[in-house]
Amino acid sequence: MTTRESAPGSTGGADVPGPLHGGPDDDYTPEQLATMPREELDLLGARYDDVQVLHVDPGPEPGSAVERQAVRQVALTFGLAGLAAFAAFVIYAGSGWFLPDWQWTITEGGWSAVFTPMIGALGGLALILVGVGMVLYTKKLLPHETAVQDKHDGSHFDRVTTGATLVGGLHNSGLARRKLITRSLVFMGSGIGLMLLMPLGGLIRNPNTGDPLGTTSWAEGVRLVRDDGSPIRPGDQQPGSLETVFPAVAGGNRESDAATMLIRLRPEQVTVDRPRTGQEDFGYGDYVAYSKICTHAGCPVSLYEQETSRILCPCHQSQFDVTQGAKPVFGPATRPLPQLPITVDDEGYFVARSDYIEAVGPTYWNRERI
Amino acid sequence: MARTATAPGVPTTRLGKAALEVDDRLIVAGPLRRTLNKVFPDHWSFLLGEIALYSFIVLLLSGTYLTFFFDASMREVVYEGTYAPLRGAEMSAAYESTLYISFDVRGGLFMRQLHHWAALLFVASIVIHLLRIFFTGAFRRPRETNWLIGVALLVLSFAMGFTGYSMPDDLLSGTGLRIVSAIILAIPVVGTWVHWAVFNGDYVGEFIVGRMYIVHVLIVPAIILALIALHLLILVKQKHTQFPGPGRTEHNVVGNRLFPAFAGKAGGLFFIVFGVCAALGGLVQINPVWLWGPYNPAQVSAASQPDWYVMFLDGSTRLFPAWDLNLPGNYQIPALFWPTVVLPGILFTLLALYPMIERKLTRDTASHHLLQRPRDVPVRTSLGMMAITFYVVLLISGGNDVIAEKFDISLNAMTWAGRIGLVILPPLAYVFTYRICLGLQKHDREVLEHGLETGVIRRLPHGEFIEVHQPLGPVDEHGHGQLAYGGAPVPKRMNQVGGARRAIRGFFKPIEEPAQVELEQRQDEHGLAAAEADRELTTSGRPSDGGRPQEPRD
Repeated sequence: MTTRESAPGSTGGADVPGPLHGGPDDDYTPEQLATMPREELDLLGARYDDVQVLHVDPGPEPGSAVERQAVRQVALTFGLAGLAAFAAFVIYAGSGWFLPDWQWTITEGGWSAVFTPMIGALGGLALILVGVGMVLYTKKLLPHETAVQDKHDGSHFDRVTTGATLVGGLHNSGLARRKLITRSLVFMGSGIGLMLLMPLGGLIRNPNTGDPLGTTSWAEGVRLVRDDGSPIRPGDQQPGSLETVFPAVAGGNRESDAATMLIRLRPEQVTVDRPRTGQEDFGYGDYVAYSKICTHAGCPVSLYEQETSRILCPCHQSQFDVTQGAKPVFGPATRPLPQLPITVDDEGYFVARSDYIEAVGPTYWNRERI
Repeated sequence: MARTATAPGVPTTRLGKAALEVDDRLIVAGPLRRTLNKVFPDHWSFLLGEIALYSFIVLLLSGTYLTFFFDASMREVVYEGTYAPLRGAEMSAAYESTLYISFDVRGGLFMRQLHHWAALLFVASIVIHLLRIFFTGAFRRPRETNWLIGVALLVLSFAMGFTGYSMPDDLLSGTGLRIVSAIILAIPVVGTWVHWAVFNGDYVGEFIVGRMYIVHVLIVPAIILALIALHLLILVKQKHTQFPGPGRTEHNVVGNRLFPAFAGKAGGLFFIVFGVCAALGGLVQINPVWLWGPYNPAQVSAASQPDWYVMFLDGSTRLFPAWDLNLPGNYQIPALFWPTVVLPGILFTLLALYPMIERKLTRDTASHHLLQRPRDVPVRTSLGMMAITFYVVLLISGGNDVIAEKFDISLNAMTWAGRIGLVILPPLAYVFTYRICLGLQKHDREVLEHGLETGVIRRLPHGEFIEVHQPLGPVDEHGHGQLAYGGAPVPKRMNQVGGARRAIRGFFKPIEEPAQVELEQRQDEHGLAAAEADRELTTSGRPSDGGRPQEPRD
């Protein structure tokens, strides 16, 4: 193909139709193709796609008992699928109309309890039957053919000619010679790349300002309150019991790292209690308060077994001994739960004497330095 | 259609005319014919990847529906909806809208559960598909690229799963998110900075659910879609692998054409996958968030397990010893870092690089389109079994508290069993698999050499009893089979080589003539083994002779 006309203002050449797309139309005229039966055309086309049909196992003979049975099976499957689908629709649309309401009620059971299962069972059955019907149809009624398609390796001709085009383009650009352009391109590329990534900087925030990881809302004189905000007196708890307490500040019971366990030791626990060095006076009488946030992965450690004095974290099974300063005695946790120094205020309610003296929660790179 | 009395090649039917109109404009007849004629090999294990594709379609459909109602916001609200036990409770808008979907949208609970089940099936079918590719050597040159894309899809499906089940902001998912926050903090040097970038500050902040939402509904699905398209394009371009067998070579594909046989089966499979997800979504409760309650950092319930595909990482976290690394200058690398960041990093890197590693070690750089039977590559198969054992120990350990409770075992004993099992069991699995592979190989050779056991005992004139063996092909002067092993399954039973007729069809009464079936089966024999076996058999279906060294036959 050429573009013959190059004069300015010309239409770019005479308007002759181009060659037809694909297909050996020269070898097979419409007249020839018109004389060929459909099966032959099918195989002819396949041959041009490198496919050879080796063997055809024709489906069941028309009118035979085998065919009648297969047809019945497929039709039954599709019929049941339609039935199930319509039934699912009736239940979906009819609930709350001529069927009982589908919405959840406080009384267990009833129509609302079967609404979702029925939708799923009937809808699922309908779809599965559609699939089964299609598979049955393909397996029992369609001819089974064994076809072979050739695989092609890469062509040397294609590689060489494509390579020539690519290298030619690069060569014509002269980038290998024009060093100033290459250098300016590298400079421009890094600049533009940096500029396009720049907005991600909006995500970056400094975690070290104000030390939010190392501090909580606990402070001197902050009362220990329950989830409902009520303060606690030393006589409120039985020996051996545990209560989750929060700082008496706004939103204290929703803070992610302030939750604390107030534990009243039993007399035999008090006798063996060995707090960590320097924290002997952190408790108050037979009361001790430890952070509820696991030092391993931050889950609330919640399961307290008072017979063994152990607190278990349900996430990864770290176990802490409350009579040994909440030291980890089993599992993946490495550090004891931080202890909250507590005392009692003028009105006889528990208060904190200060914030935790170390960061609560999981360990991180510079925890010791904050 | 084209056979008419009018001008040749001009369609006369409505459909034909319409098709002509389309092809006049788009010129699609050629490419369409090539597509319809494409040959797909026929084996059940080639459908595993399709299950993943179809469950992804189900996920797209059901997920889009859920976005109509879900509110990805952590704004605090007070619940006033239908579910009475939670009325008056403070919760995030995300959790409230999840309850709204479950209780106030007609069929919403069904759709939520369908989405969750389809997600579990999606990851599961990817994993099973990956195992099929691995054990049959389908990742070998030229298919390394598609292996890498597959591994990327696996990792992305984890990301989809995690962001998906974390968004409802219920107590269970919040606990999982808290652990992820701790994992991010555990990264040395940059951990706190990454955490601040992801959560926009300290845990939990008000941003994370909205960010997970856009990752879950736009960013990751778009990448997954693009990668699936690429995966399939490469598959079509390179053509499917096939198991060795009669007439199958490295340079052809034997099977069914796309239309209609393969399309029929694949379409049927799509509806079956969809139907199974729908049935599960309606019948089997999953993640009943209203029972977990809204997230509260001070609360947790026992048996807090992630979805199954993340459970192996939960297991590794439970098993890893309490080894913090204290560095000079008061810096620390927490124990949590190793089982949750380093271990999956190593595992996925090894997985992704396996084709290159094997290529390097075996120096096999040739292109392969014929698959291998796992027994024929005992080292790879044993390595795979070793990896699976390692994974299963971690998976079980991810639920060791539940096992300890249900079977009344000490929790600490379960942890120690997991720690020891993780070291001891994988090598044992390697050794056992290796021996099994060799045994299976030997048995294949034995059958090829001595023939099939027929179960027929014959007494020789001098009183010796022998079992009659049916040779699979021509034998040499010693009566040994001459067929070489070709990597294809060797028949192990007489019925596989035509020892018995197939069953006559019909449930209540036969619907075909036994004589006809016999005749049909004689003509039907195709395949080398079957043809050879047929030649050796007498009409009774028994071998005429065999088993012992005898006079050469040919």
